[in-house]
Amino acid sequence: METISADVAIVGAGGAGLRAALALADAAPKLRIALISKVYPMRSHTCAAEGGAAGVIKPDDSLAQHFEDTVGGGDWLSDQDAVEYFIHEAPKELLQLEHWGCPWSREPDGSVAVRPFGGMKLMRTWFAADKSGFHILHTLFQTSLKYASIRRFDEYYATDLLVEDGRCRGLTAIEMRSGQMRHFDAGAVILAGGGAGRMFAFTTNGAIKTGDAMALAYRAGVPLKDMEFVQYHPTGLPSTGTLLTEACRGEGGVLLNRHGRRFLQDYGMGPETPLGHPVLKTMELGPRDRVSQAFWHEQRKGNAVSTRWGDAMLLDMRHLGEKKIDERLPLVRDMSISYMGVDPVKDPVPVRPVVHYMMGGIHTDIKAATPLAGLFAAGECACVSINGANRLGSNSLTELLVFGRRAALSSLEYLESQGAHRGAAEGAAEKALGRIRELLQRAGGGESVAGLRKEMMHAMEQHAGIYRSGEGLAAACAKLAELRRRYRNLELHDRTNVYNTDLLQALELGSMLDCAEAVVQSAAARKESRGAHQRLDFPERDDRNYLRHSLAYYRGAEAPGIDYRDVVITKSKPGVRDYSGEHARAHA
Amino acid sequence: MIQLEVLRYNPETDQEPRFQRYEVPFRDDWVVLDALNHVKEEIDPTLSYRWSCHMAVCGSCGMMINAEPKLACKTFVRDYSGVIRVEPLRHFPVERDLITVIDDFVAKLARVKPWLMPKEAPANGEYRQTPAQLKRYKQFTLCINCMLCYAACPEYGLIPGYLGPAAITLAHRWNRDSRDGGREARQEEIAAKEGAWECSFVGACSEVCPEHVDPAAAIQQVKIENTVDWYKDHLMPWLKK
Amino acid sequence: MSTREWVFRHPRYVRYMVREFSCLFIAGWTVLMVWGLKQLAEGPAAWAAFLELLRTPASIVFQLATLAFAAYHSITWFNLTPKALPLQVGESFVPGWVVAGAHFAGWAIVSALVLALAL
Repeated sequence: METISADVAIVGAGGAGLRAALALADAAPKLRIALISKVYPMRSHTCAAEGGAAGVIKPDDSLAQHFEDTVGGGDWLSDQDAVEYFIHEAPKELLQLEHWGCPWSREPDGSVAVRPFGGMKLMRTWFAADKSGFHILHTLFQTSLKYASIRRFDEYYATDLLVEDGRCRGLTAIEMRSGQMRHFDAGAVILAGGGAGRMFAFTTNGAIKTGDAMALAYRAGVPLKDMEFVQYHPTGLPSTGTLLTEACRGEGGVLLNRHGRRFLQDYGMGPETPLGHPVLKTMELGPRDRVSQAFWHEQRKGNAVSTRWGDAMLLDMRHLGEKKIDERLPLVRDMSISYMGVDPVKDPVPVRPVVHYMMGGIHTDIKAATPLAGLFAAGECACVSINGANRLGSNSLTELLVFGRRAALSSLEYLESQGAHRGAAEGAAEKALGRIRELLQRAGGGESVAGLRKEMMHAMEQHAGIYRSGEGLAAACAKLAELRRRYRNLELHDRTNVYNTDLLQALELGSMLDCAEAVVQSAAARKESRGAHQRLDFPERDDRNYLRHSLAYYRGAEAPGIDYRDVVITKSKPGVRDYSGEHARAHA
Repeated sequence: MIQLEVLRYNPETDQEPRFQRYEVPFRDDWVVLDALNHVKEEIDPTLSYRWSCHMAVCGSCGMMINAEPKLACKTFVRDYSGVIRVEPLRHFPVERDLITVIDDFVAKLARVKPWLMPKEAPANGEYRQTPAQLKRYKQFTLCINCMLCYAACPEYGLIPGYLGPAAITLAHRWNRDSRDGGREARQEEIAAKEGAWECSFVGACSEVCPEHVDPAAAIQQVKIENTVDWYKDHLMPWLKK
Repeated sequence: MSTREWVFRHPRYVRYMVREFSCLFIAGWTVLMVWGLKQLAEGPAAWAAFLELLRTPASIVFQLATLAFAAYHSITWFNLTPKALPLQVGESFVPGWVVAGAHFAGWAIVSALVLALAL
């Protein structure tokens, strides 16, 4: 097996991975950096993020407020020391992006503009029209081309982490073009491979979001934290599931049920604010979990709009006017017309909550280090946790930058503490190769990738949705266990080497099944409702027993072991999340 | 039901590419990508192609659909009658089925030095850039690197060394950014014979661009800027610092 | 790749080749004009012969074709000028038809002047 040596190997070349690579190249120009991704960097799902990235810069804003909004928005499951670090670094990172040439939208005086966003008390979301993630990704990617020390391995699928003597020593990856396995011998590994939304039937996530990085760490013994917290973004297109940014509401768009009523006021987010003049942190600018949950209730009451793709609500942006929509929401308009046949300038657009983001992921500390020496993680695949039980929109893009850089610096510190790097772990590499060979050659099992995947997606959609129940979760746990068993009978149709997407999708399915089981097992064990995890059988928040993070430990063929870890509480004691207009008047 | 005729090629088993026909259900809200996914899931798992976002922002799914370069995720089957022919993006070597080798394109992007070379160090905070200054180059930032323009460009088809629409547009994007002072550094590449001057303004690139970047406009603007620069250099050399 | 392979793939390529092909007729017409100048320099007999040549059917067909091609080239060219000359005013750009229109207007004025001189 060909061996490629590097000092640091980064898996994933989206916002977090690229930011880590840039931080390493800047801090240590002689460092050998291997940037490994199963897709070309510009295809990373960061490109689909629309609304913006949060960071305090306006004079009327304060770090303390960003802290408060984030911790409250996370229903007090966020580690407050991590949030403190995050909000401090946020403006610096966004500014660094600007210095790298990111085309942020501007105020008339030339300063960076900010827009309102859900759950934020004040405007602090930097944006680039409604393609913020796209512009951030391309700025990072183009800047990375400056550095010869960043050696890219595009279209390499990482299959296993190599662990020896309790240290992560690199990974194996399939060069997709040839089908050959490569051994990446590295002093440290940073995982930045994104989330796993594709385990659900209906998601904003692109095809590549299959939880591979999470699974890599998980199988190497690192726990997955808070996996039960899956975010539903309130406004996805009913036809494709793709995203209409929260900025639609930030710019003044409103949500209506089939009676034309702005129903959020019936769910603790009222009173109704004037049309076109949204008040932050209330009504349509409430947090994502509350808004999605409100829709679920409206559906039950029969107030949802019926479309050929199922129930929906209406996102009305007509009052914004064509000029504002074309200036600030051009992608939204294009997508509504193309995929729904609706022009938001003329008609309200049907939307519905869609799986969007995983608050949970690879357990890391505040410095992006996992419990496995030499392994670091950042971005959606990681869980620090700053997002707690529910993420506020526009915190994620900033998170990529802050923790991408933090992971890089931590990996550098680790390398320095280790001295000369002792490579090898060839035995583990050969074992990884053997696993793939076995899958390729396996015959007679009868299960297909598409078949198992469909059953998984259906189970998750049915039982691990916005509202869950004990019975439903138990059924989901049993189903996932069954699917993981049947996975061993997976039979490939394509046994060739060159760009074998049957094999790649089979491996991605394996990642998703492992992650999905962690999600439902953690959800079943958490007998309370908090943030995005809502249970009909345990509708209240239970701080006495559950002000703790879930930790799911891989147990091979068995169900994961679930343990808990206290949340770090510093300044903000758990309180009531108030998104009614009351707080606005109180703090005015 | 509709028929897809898809190019298949596996270098391990095929001497040359062949076509395979698939019958898929007709759904009036489907795009060609949905039809391909149906083929892969229900009929033939060996079919290989790139895709991800399904919203025309990642640039993965560029292919020839009835001989026109298109994004499979934004091409609606309802707009076609008869058999829909699906082939890999033209002017790039075929790796496997609908997957092309895009090394040339990626290398060319890097060659134009597509990063900010600041005119001056920023004072405090951000560079000031008015909305008008942003507007000047904004359109050229929208390229999703889908390479439809390279498939449409006959120059690129005839002269593989040509830098190509997206790469030149990317250089122009940075040149026009008010914060940037790197035009001279990028000049060598884009003013070269195989740079902007290889373009004969066919304009096909702009016609097929799904993001309305208008690379043809960018290239002509580059030509004009280069010409003005040339005259300045030769007729008014004292202007050079 | 041969020319035949790509030109007929789509009408846009055919239109492009027609535009480019116009240069042959324009070049031919230029040669004709140079020839005419030469004949003028050689005296009245030669000039008369040249005028005869101009009146032949083949020549008339050629001149009409050249006029058509030149017009096509000019029209397509002027319509493309807004791409090469973006005129930004504040946050918007001068509409394409204004830029192109200014070129057409200039063409009309110059043509009128030339006609006035000739007639």
